[in-house]
Amino acid sequence: MSARERERAFSADLLSRAGQWQDAEARARRFSHGHTDDAVDALRVADDYRLLAHDLARARALLPDTHARQFLESAYARAHATLHQRAWKPGNAILTLLREELPEVMQWLRPYIVFSTLTFALAVTAGYALVKQYPELIALFASPDLISSVESGRLWTQGLLNIVPSSVLSAQILTNNILVSLFAYCAGFLFGLGTIYILGLNGLMLGAVFAFVGMHGLSGQLFNFIAAHGFVELSVMCLSGAAGAAVGEALVRPGEAGRMESFRIAALRSGKLVFACALLLIGAGLIEGFISPDPRFGLTTRLTIGICYWCLMCALLSGRLLRRRRS
Amino acid sequence: MKEPSPEPSSALSVDSVTGIDVSLAVAGPGARSFAFIIDWHIRLILALAWYSVSALIYNGRLSLAPPPAADSYWFGAVYVPALALYFLYHYVVELAMHGSTPGKRSAGVRIVTRDGGVPGPGALLVRNVFRLIDCLPTFYAVGLLATMVTREHVRIGDMAAGTVLVYQGVPRPLAVMNLADAGGALDARGAELIAELLERWSTLAPAARTRLAHQMLMRYGVDQPAAQASDEAALHEQLLRLVGASRKAPL
Repeated sequence: MSARERERAFSADLLSRAGQWQDAEARARRFSHGHTDDAVDALRVADDYRLLAHDLARARALLPDTHARQFLESAYARAHATLHQRAWKPGNAILTLLREELPEVMQWLRPYIVFSTLTFALAVTAGYALVKQYPELIALFASPDLISSVESGRLWTQGLLNIVPSSVLSAQILTNNILVSLFAYCAGFLFGLGTIYILGLNGLMLGAVFAFVGMHGLSGQLFNFIAAHGFVELSVMCLSGAAGAAVGEALVRPGEAGRMESFRIAALRSGKLVFACALLLIGAGLIEGFISPDPRFGLTTRLTIGICYWCLMCALLSGRLLRRRRS
Repeated sequence: MKEPSPEPSSALSVDSVTGIDVSLAVAGPGARSFAFIIDWHIRLILALAWYSVSALIYNGRLSLAPPPAADSYWFGAVYVPALALYFLYHYVVELAMHGSTPGKRSAGVRIVTRDGGVPGPGALLVRNVFRLIDCLPTFYAVGLLATMVTREHVRIGDMAAGTVLVYQGVPRPLAVMNLADAGGALDARGAELIAELLERWSTLAPAARTRLAHQMLMRYGVDQPAAQASDEAALHEQLLRLVGASRKAPL
């Protein structure tokens, strides 16, 4: 038998299984779309995978430029994706995130949290000192409306609920805060510089506004306003900054894994914390919209709410809130 | 007839437990942009439709104007859902369609992880959050540039999530052939060509299909086709016999 005849015989043998390939492809398609939960079919997908791998290897050598080979390539890829598709149950995934993954991420991010908190504190101090020394610099950090309101002896937050309903205010605030938090995380892509810039800018603004308000004798009122939501809001700012700093560090010092892989690992790991931060900001936004501008709530109530919510945040992030009870 | 497409310029090769790697053709900036534009239109239309219908219901007359003063009902029923439709479209649809969207499906692409699997919710979330960077400074300039300069044509969000956009191979049905019974010099490629001709037989003009049938029969083992040029049924029968195919339609 000549080499050509042998090759032709192998090709014929291979092509005689076209029907099986099509069955295998259809089965993998049904499973990937969740259209069946037949156990027998599921077991056959594993057999199909082996059959397709075997035949594809031969088709790559014997039938390189044929539709049969193309069919096998895509059927094999589909079977591979179907077999490697993880089951996802939203409830379990969120519980695992809160119980196990978040505490582990917090542990990993500890040095970054210290770094971002220090950066933020430094910026607040710098902003405070700058405006205290040169009051005219407040124009760089605050809007003309805010400046004129404070200069006339009243905080811009007074009577806020007369203009905007609490629900609208909350939604606006939490959307804005979540966006800033996400930007602080994503900006880590610029080798961490973007995150430092966002932390620095927000810190400078906060410090400058506090100094300006203090100069007009309104710092007590401002503290009264932020007491209920500020603890968590500012903590989350630092946490998002820590997530961004970790992403930046992965790019600056990638280690043995390589820059791309290191970036991917850091982004996916710290992304879990950013997700929790977004959830916490929803709560902070609701407090800021419904409680902070409402004069009926006294300072004690506000401080109690603020501290309790902050403790809740700590319990959530450390995994203590949802820890399994030992039997 | 259409030739099988050449090897993709960029392919993702994934190791598998069988020892045979999975080869996935990576989608380039063109396919990505096409998919994005389709999706962008869909989400824009959805958001505008929601806004229009709910605003008409809210106003109770033919007006889409918002109320002069901020209003909770307007905000909660008109404004927020429309924005949510626009901004959460990608994440929700990709999650529901296992890494695809209507736009990606139109472009024949899908998102996969670097091991060829379906991306999980966390990876999809990170991929979409990084749109904040990819869309800077405008018109997705950063993302588009990244897809042009990276080997696997990935944007920043893909790098962060460990995902790749690959062509979704939608295999054409294979004709049932029995090459072992086929005679002459017929090889697999020739058998496929004949199967394709048979598949398209009814859609071709009589003169064209007769000419093609003659050429195939001459080339692959039948020196003098028995049937006359005008006898289409006989030519069709000879082609069927040549590839050993059943008379049934392809699977």
